[in-house]
Amino acid sequence: MTDVYIIGTDMIRFGRFPDRSVPDIGAEAALLALDDAGLSIGDIQALYCGNLLEANAAVGQRILHLIGQTGIPVVNCANACATGATAFRLGWMDIKSGLHDLVLCVGAEKMGKGLIGSDRKPDGISTEGLLGSNTMPTIFSTLGMEHTRKWGTTLEQFARVSVKNHHHSTLNPKAMYQTETPLEDVLSSEMISYPNTKLMCSVNVDGSAAAVLASEKKVRELGLMGRAVKVRASVMTSDPYTEHDLVLPDFSTCTRLAARQAYEMAGIGPDEVDLVELHDCFATAEILHYENLFLCEEGEAGELIDRMDTYLGGRIPVNVSGGLLSKGHPLGATGIANIYEVTTHLRGEAGRRQVEGARIGLTHVVGLGNACAIHVLEKTD
Amino acid sequence: MQSPTPRTVVDFLKYGEDGSLYLEGHRCRDCGAVYFGRRSTCSKCFSRSRMDAVAAPPRGHLYAYTIVHRSFPGVETPFIHAVVDVEGGGALRGTLLGVPPDPDDIEMGMPISITFEDAGQTDREGNRYMTYFFRPA
Ligand SMILES: [Zn+2]
Repeated sequence: MTDVYIIGTDMIRFGRFPDRSVPDIGAEAALLALDDAGLSIGDIQALYCGNLLEANAAVGQRILHLIGQTGIPVVNCANACATGATAFRLGWMDIKSGLHDLVLCVGAEKMGKGLIGSDRKPDGISTEGLLGSNTMPTIFSTLGMEHTRKWGTTLEQFARVSVKNHHHSTLNPKAMYQTETPLEDVLSSEMISYPNTKLMCSVNVDGSAAAVLASEKKVRELGLMGRAVKVRASVMTSDPYTEHDLVLPDFSTCTRLAARQAYEMAGIGPDEVDLVELHDCFATAEILHYENLFLCEEGEAGELIDRMDTYLGGRIPVNVSGGLLSKGHPLGATGIANIYEVTTHLRGEAGRRQVEGARIGLTHVVGLGNACAIHVLEKTD
Repeated sequence: MQSPTPRTVVDFLKYGEDGSLYLEGHRCRDCGAVYFGRRSTCSKCFSRSRMDAVAAPPRGHLYAYTIVHRSFPGVETPFIHAVVDVEGGGALRGTLLGVPPDPDDIEMGMPISITFEDAGQTDREGNRYMTYFFRPA
């Protein structure tokens, strides 16, 4: 089977675009990625489009209506917060299978403001507050407290994740926020769900990202080896049975399962990874995923952030883009945006936030339901 | 028409023959996993049609929690969202009452009793509802 390469990728600066449609922002990212590859939509053989909140609205086809109706197959996919990574993986599967040599993957999302979750009403009354809470912060805050229970992780340690990612975003012109956010600001912002304050919750923004994938044959034909980035592993999992999963969604077990498979597929160990973009939907989540991705020993995630090991320039930089906490989290675009970020570093084009000498990077997302997707990317020569 | 006895907020909160409320679990005859809510297949061991309905004891231990300060519009905060390991197997999530909403006052692993109380809300037809709460044992 052929290896699969990223030959073009880009994202728009995340923000709020009340006057633009989802296909409109998706089309912009698609054209940017095509330009990056030096290709036209006429070269593309299939489109995989990720969008969650308009999942029934043929976003992929409507992107082609804006940039070129070539008649290629289009698949629209929705997979919670793993939607973008799922679209990317569908493209990877397509090339890997030998069906096509050039495909385009796009993720696009427009978000409302405020809490995500559902205020479901079984038999007519609201259970919010009555049977606990159905909000997203509740889930990830409870998971943070589970970590505190096991390892004594402190409020300050969780908060330092947010300080770091906001710091990193000051180096990323495509991040929603680009402001230094000291620990006292993080701790004194509104408490949403203990221990996550408002500045420890990801930002609801609109955004889009895209990637062009190619077979090895096509990369050589186009003379793009060197700038192309190789996909060393693409893995997805759902949530295996664990004792609390049905009442407290377990994102750790599915991440660990995916991470083991991804390291095996890539033939590397966690110590060979030069940078990681992981799913920091809440500050508590990033702490959990340090251990889930085997970036440190079990129970040592709090020390990892205390030692600043996951800062740019540290032992294993995590979320140098600013992450979901500061770059923003447009659900369907997130999984491709983090692939754009890692690819940019592997190409040595990340400017002030460049992880020096980066050769291998890992991207990770999870979605409630649950879905986990991990990609391992490698520089080519 | 208003129902004579209050309805229950979830289908696994049931009235027994004597009219008292209990939590109905389903225990897998093959692996022992306990679930709340109706089901016929075990997601742990995949065995089919071997789920026995059991009345779960109304007690357990606090597994994890968060204090919810921001909720949907109109919902009173703060409140404690809790995950409780039920004695005999299975886990539930719900609201923990009877403890101040402060991490210094909430102890992981603390014994919990599960109480059945009026939900304090009616639906559009005026029906009353019974729910379960967690309280320190
Ligand atoms: Zn079973």
